Amino acid sequence: MADKNASADHTRIELEVNGHEQALTVDPRTTLLDALREHLRLTGSKKGCDHGQCGACTVLVNGMRIVSCLTFAVMHEGDEITTIEGLGEPGQLHPLQAAFVAHDGFQCGYCTSGQICSAVGMLDEHRKGWPSHATPDVAATAIALSDAEIRERMSGNLCRCAAYPNILAAIKDAGGLP
Amino acid sequence: MKPFTYERAADTQAAIGAVTGRPNAKFIAGGTNLIDLMKLQIETPAHLVDVNHLPLAKIEEADGGLRIGALVRNSSLAADRRVRERYPVLSEALLAGASGQLRNKATTAGNLLQRTRCVYFYNRDMPCNKREPGSGCSALEGVNRMNAILGGSASCIAVHPSDMAVAMSVLDARVETLSAGGEARSIPLADFHVLPGEKPEEETQLRPGELITAVTLPPPPKGGQAYRKVRDRASYAFALVSVAVAGDRIALGGVAPKPWRATRAETALQSGASPVEAAESELAGAQGHGPNDFKIPLARRMILRTLAQSTEMARA
Repeated sequence: MADKNASADHTRIELEVNGHEQALTVDPRTTLLDALREHLRLTGSKKGCDHGQCGACTVLVNGMRIVSCLTFAVMHEGDEITTIEGLGEPGQLHPLQAAFVAHDGFQCGYCTSGQICSAVGMLDEHRKGWPSHATPDVAATAIALSDAEIRERMSGNLCRCAAYPNILAAIKDAGGLP
Repeated sequence: MKPFTYERAADTQAAIGAVTGRPNAKFIAGGTNLIDLMKLQIETPAHLVDVNHLPLAKIEEADGGLRIGALVRNSSLAADRRVRERYPVLSEALLAGASGQLRNKATTAGNLLQRTRCVYFYNRDMPCNKREPGSGCSALEGVNRMNAILGGSASCIAVHPSDMAVAMSVLDARVETLSAGGEARSIPLADFHVLPGEKPEEETQLRPGELITAVTLPPPPKGGQAYRKVRDRASYAFALVSVAVAGDRIALGGVAPKPWRATRAETALQSGASPVEAAESELAGAQGHGPNDFKIPLARRMILRTLAQSTEMARA
């Protein structure tokens, strides 16, 4: 087959990040996280463990939350990537960003970008009716987003400062939950 | 990470050809396990063939059951209405594994092919027959709390870490594959993974370049279904022991080098034995290695509890 994309060295790719087409030249080993941080200078996404265990690098790809450290940038041509920078900015915060500020949903802040991107994806998954490990009956058609549900659905995001109670409160507030 | 070349496959046969004809080439789909292992230089492919854009991401009705495309993401499969209603054990098992972010990326075929999380497989400073054939097994007399009590060998006691595959095992799933030249196979999941014996580096029946295209499920068996998992924390951890029950079938996870169908327990139940006797017949040949001895009584209790839960589900 056509091998035009194959290269032992560097590959030129185009990524759509936060609504903008970005051209960059990368070694195929470059993770999506490193492409965002080191090539595009979008340093909001954080590198915690770099092994998919902490969730600090969570971004949205085609609306789905993923860890950007366990995927290669070259695999994402044609995808829509949204980082924390694309959700909102000072003066125009995303409702989840505003809720994290209002509820003090962090201490050091290192996990916060990942927590917020993950929560955006998580609330969308719940709107689609997806069950979780905390759902008593996976066949249920209506699943209330209880505290236990939110904690389970957010278990891929660790907070070493253990700001979990306030993260939970922020997500409930932004999600319009009692 | 070792350098590699990359290509995005345009169609299925081209993808198979690209891996078959090239030494040390690999398919990549979700990548959540492969890339982690590449960072640690445990996997060192020279060429990656990206199969994410192949048309293998549908879940279709087939012969009264379901045909699940190899690229269906774990989260999509767990959320599928047909799976939740007819195969709840599969939905429950998927949701008990990994995190939301990883399930959004991980695929059906990739989940089957993920490697063990044995700490010595990950530690390149220690002997491991699976990583470096002939170097020895550090787990036998080492930190083996997570390791196998069934199906291991003197060469390897690593466990297969999947939750999904345990549910598929109890559902009598089959794995469909394609090879170069168009040869298709349908392999019972029970035979798909192989026990370590003296060659723990060989984990499945797949031949070089053979691509998984789908997993098929026959119609669900009569009776209740349930999946239970015990792990070291409440979420986002691998199983110490897990049990899948569907009707009168039982499979175990976290205890063996492959999803472990408890055929001895099933046979005992069918011949009128009590659940306690059935569990004990399955575990009669179980072997602990010190730190993982606790898995034997834990597995016995988990079989009993999951059987009871499945019966409750059938009544409900």
